[in-house]
Amino acid sequence: MVQPLSYLKESPSQTAGPYVHIGCTPNFAEIEGVYPQDLGHEMITGNVQGQRIRITGRVIDGTGTPLRDALVEIWQPDAAGLFNSPAETRGTADPNFTGWGRCASDMTTGEFAFDTVKPGAVPFVDGRMQAPHVTLWIVARGINLGLHTRMYFPDEADANAADPILSRIEHQARVKTLIGADKGDGHYHFDIRLQGHNETVFFDI
Amino acid sequence: MTNGYVNRDRRWHPPSITPDYKTSVARGPRHAPLSFPTTLVEETGPVFGHDMLGERDNDLILNFASGDGMAIGPRIIVHGQVRDEFGRGVPGALIEVWQANAGGRYRHKKESYLAPLDPNFGGCGRCISDEQGFYEFRTIMPGPYPWPNTMNDWRPAHIHFSIFGHGFAQRLITQMYFEGDPLIWHCPIVDTIPTREGIESLVAALDMARTVPMDARAYKFDITLRGRRQTMFENRMEGL
Repeated sequence: MVQPLSYLKESPSQTAGPYVHIGCTPNFAEIEGVYPQDLGHEMITGNVQGQRIRITGRVIDGTGTPLRDALVEIWQPDAAGLFNSPAETRGTADPNFTGWGRCASDMTTGEFAFDTVKPGAVPFVDGRMQAPHVTLWIVARGINLGLHTRMYFPDEADANAADPILSRIEHQARVKTLIGADKGDGHYHFDIRLQGHNETVFFDI
Repeated sequence: MTNGYVNRDRRWHPPSITPDYKTSVARGPRHAPLSFPTTLVEETGPVFGHDMLGERDNDLILNFASGDGMAIGPRIIVHGQVRDEFGRGVPGALIEVWQANAGGRYRHKKESYLAPLDPNFGGCGRCISDEQGFYEFRTIMPGPYPWPNTMNDWRPAHIHFSIFGHGFAQRLITQMYFEGDPLIWHCPIVDTIPTREGIESLVAALDMARTVPMDARAYKFDITLRGRRQTMFENRMEGL
């Protein structure tokens, strides 16, 4: 016999279901007067440093249909590569930038949108720099465990080529599923494909 | 000090494609996910201060009610601890909940169940765990309801939970079920969880010790988030 480790198991995930908006974006769901505003609707809270950008996208199922009931969250550092988080020990992030956004897919078009800043680079565990990117987390009816992925930038080809994560992807043809499309004037579009030939690379982190 | 999160046990969670829950068939990714150790990106996360909370945010009986109104249904307290896999309480965790009313009807424009809305019930609430990770809110018992999957599927009574721990790697959405509900064992969504032990870890126990006499019953629901390794010894895998 040995001593039992007695560790706990993580609570199993369950789908967010079709009514995730009630809990996470109640004002969007027209439940007004409970919270003054939906959390994460604003990432820039003042005179922010860096280049302002807009990220739009859709979550698309295996039949090619955009999800109209998805909830997308993004998490990223500020323009200098610092996170607005107590776990950030390398410096103090821009106080006018939260780094976190949450957006429900439009109930008609399925599009989500974030007004944010272009993120700075952040080191990997071995000190190499990761290319600038935003992390996305997607939940919806029919998704059993929230999906982590990343959007990298098309105008960062050199940094992308040296990125420790992108270079680890065995099927390099899939790297393009993680690169946003440049729509000009700081607008990037990122479609997330849940299945099919161009299925987005999702992360087990 | 290395602070990476312990990897997620994906055999414990529902798989991506679960054909008996039909919606997952076209929405669940088919490729294997790419595994790598957590980096600063996933080890950080947004923080939510208690000052953001309104007085009634954790009281679903009153937070949407008008005048002297109250939500209709059996009154309950739901409480528990947010802790990590090592048993450490997680303070400052944001917990957002949503649920159907006592008749099993959600307040949502895409909801079409014939059961009526309760004018005094919105169905959302939130709270932040205390220094030891404990949380509490008050609500009414949600009703079970039918949903389109096979011709006759019913959801057991449940409350949806969205939880933020300290790192984005811990982000989790799940559902709480109620002790003794026979529908738990008939539900294709519950059944996406591979093991009975896993399912039972989402079933809250009736907690007579925390029941408020002549007022509200209590259910205890502990939530476990991924654990964070904390060691003075660096342990970096070759080539990662």
